[in-house]
Amino acid sequence: MRIVVDLDLCQGHGVCESEAPEVFALGKDHKVRVLDEHPPGDQRGPIDEAVRFCPTHALSVVDD
Amino acid sequence: MTVITDQRRPPRVSGGDDASGHLEELRVDPIGLLERVRAECGDVGRFGLGPKEVVLLSGAEPNEFFFRAPDELLDQAEAYPFMTPVFGEGVIFDASPERRREMLHNQALRDKFMRGHAATIAAEVEQMVARWGDEGEIDLLDWFAELTIYTSSSCLVGKRFRNQLTGRFAELYHDLERGTDALAFVDPYADIESFHRRDAARVEMVGLIQEIMDGRLAGDAPADEDRDLLDVLMSIRDEEGALRFSADQVTGVFISMMFAGHHTTSTTASWMIIELLKRPDELARVVAELDGLYANGEEVSYQALREMPWLEASLKETLRLHPPLILLLRVAMEDIEFREFTIHAGEMVGASPWVSNRIAEDFEDADAFDPSRYIAPREEDRDNPWTWIPFGAGRHRCVGSAFALMQLKAIFSVLFEEWEFALAQPAEEYVADLSKMVIQLQQPCTVHYRRRDRATQV
Repeated sequence: MRIVVDLDLCQGHGVCESEAPEVFALGKDHKVRVLDEHPPGDQRGPIDEAVRFCPTHALSVVDD
Repeated sequence: MTVITDQRRPPRVSGGDDASGHLEELRVDPIGLLERVRAECGDVGRFGLGPKEVVLLSGAEPNEFFFRAPDELLDQAEAYPFMTPVFGEGVIFDASPERRREMLHNQALRDKFMRGHAATIAAEVEQMVARWGDEGEIDLLDWFAELTIYTSSSCLVGKRFRNQLTGRFAELYHDLERGTDALAFVDPYADIESFHRRDAARVEMVGLIQEIMDGRLAGDAPADEDRDLLDVLMSIRDEEGALRFSADQVTGVFISMMFAGHHTTSTTASWMIIELLKRPDELARVVAELDGLYANGEEVSYQALREMPWLEASLKETLRLHPPLILLLRVAMEDIEFREFTIHAGEMVGASPWVSNRIAEDFEDADAFDPSRYIAPREEDRDNPWTWIPFGAGRHRCVGSAFALMQLKAIFSVLFEEWEFALAQPAEEYVADLSKMVIQLQQPCTVHYRRRDRATQV
């Protein structure tokens, strides 16, 4: 899987960081940083939660 | 090099032939005007506001263009002249509106603060309903406007400041919100009553804040954990040791911080009650969901952050049909080519949550109140990120949307768990007051409340 971020939409709410701290963090500019572009499969659950609860719908997952 | 020879103006909607354009229509029937622009002109239309032209975009692709555009192309800062007299002219901010919004966001609206805010909000609702008898009547606008003054001041400024506010502050705030007649697009200081009341309210509000500041200067310093934003602002001194921020400036800062979350939340809460009371089945579904979540005495501060599918769906549907802002505006900073049209530098560009939220191609039975449209697999909000826009979209999307939804969930957790409600007027008498850019309910808008008697319920 691959994580796709739409930075036009990210407002740095930090929900992704709370849901999947191993995959997402907020940068100094208060925009999301993807820590692991190709995370292991066991992160799928938290990542799906992060995508689902992102208040601005800035995240998506592409299966490759 | 490509030379654009056919610089076409977007089509202009009917009416508005004199110098004031469509200003009078915007003042009395803004929804009629905005709907007519789309009906007559399609996705890209135009109306006149005095000497200014407004290009109104609607539909998914034009809205995406609008919401993704950077400030260098479509600027937000100059687009809302009716807010200047409310926030205060000449209020010195050390930061741009964008930077201030970012600061507010990082200080108060981040995910990690939400649980504390939920507890604060639940306590404020409890405090307001503690004044109620076992049954009675409230005016929704007055009641929720007062509640949301307390919740927003407590969450954004601090509990110490909130505890120094009275209902009078809420009344004055209401006068500020009523001072947003569209006439301000042409003359923000025109000689009309709502503008006079607006200005008088702001003066009185500065007086109240001055009193609070004087009291703090004369009193003992608060414990560290009780310090609020006002204490912080008052701790900043100039070289001579004088306060860096006057009461007038502090008032401006607080009004602007609280503005976006106040009438919006209060109006949404009111419409939510009205829409659900009109539909007993929908209400029963929401109350049953809450009863399940709170069956074992769980804390609102915890549950309000969890999913409440039907309550959330009802809130989303309330927001879709009664968006608190019906016209979002920007100013074109350069000539813009969009589709076959030219938008000229200096023109205003708008998107309308009211119009877009009801586009028939995107929303099944678009005028119907139907919370099930948000329940998987339908999820019409996620499917239409550029036309389901009660919070706007893109880079300027409401930064308080998560806070707002949490707040509304906390409010209804307390209200529906402990009280039941009934309309006190014929259903068709609950209507919006569209005569101001800040849209609220027309008064009276009363409902009965009665303490729930759990023992007799099945």
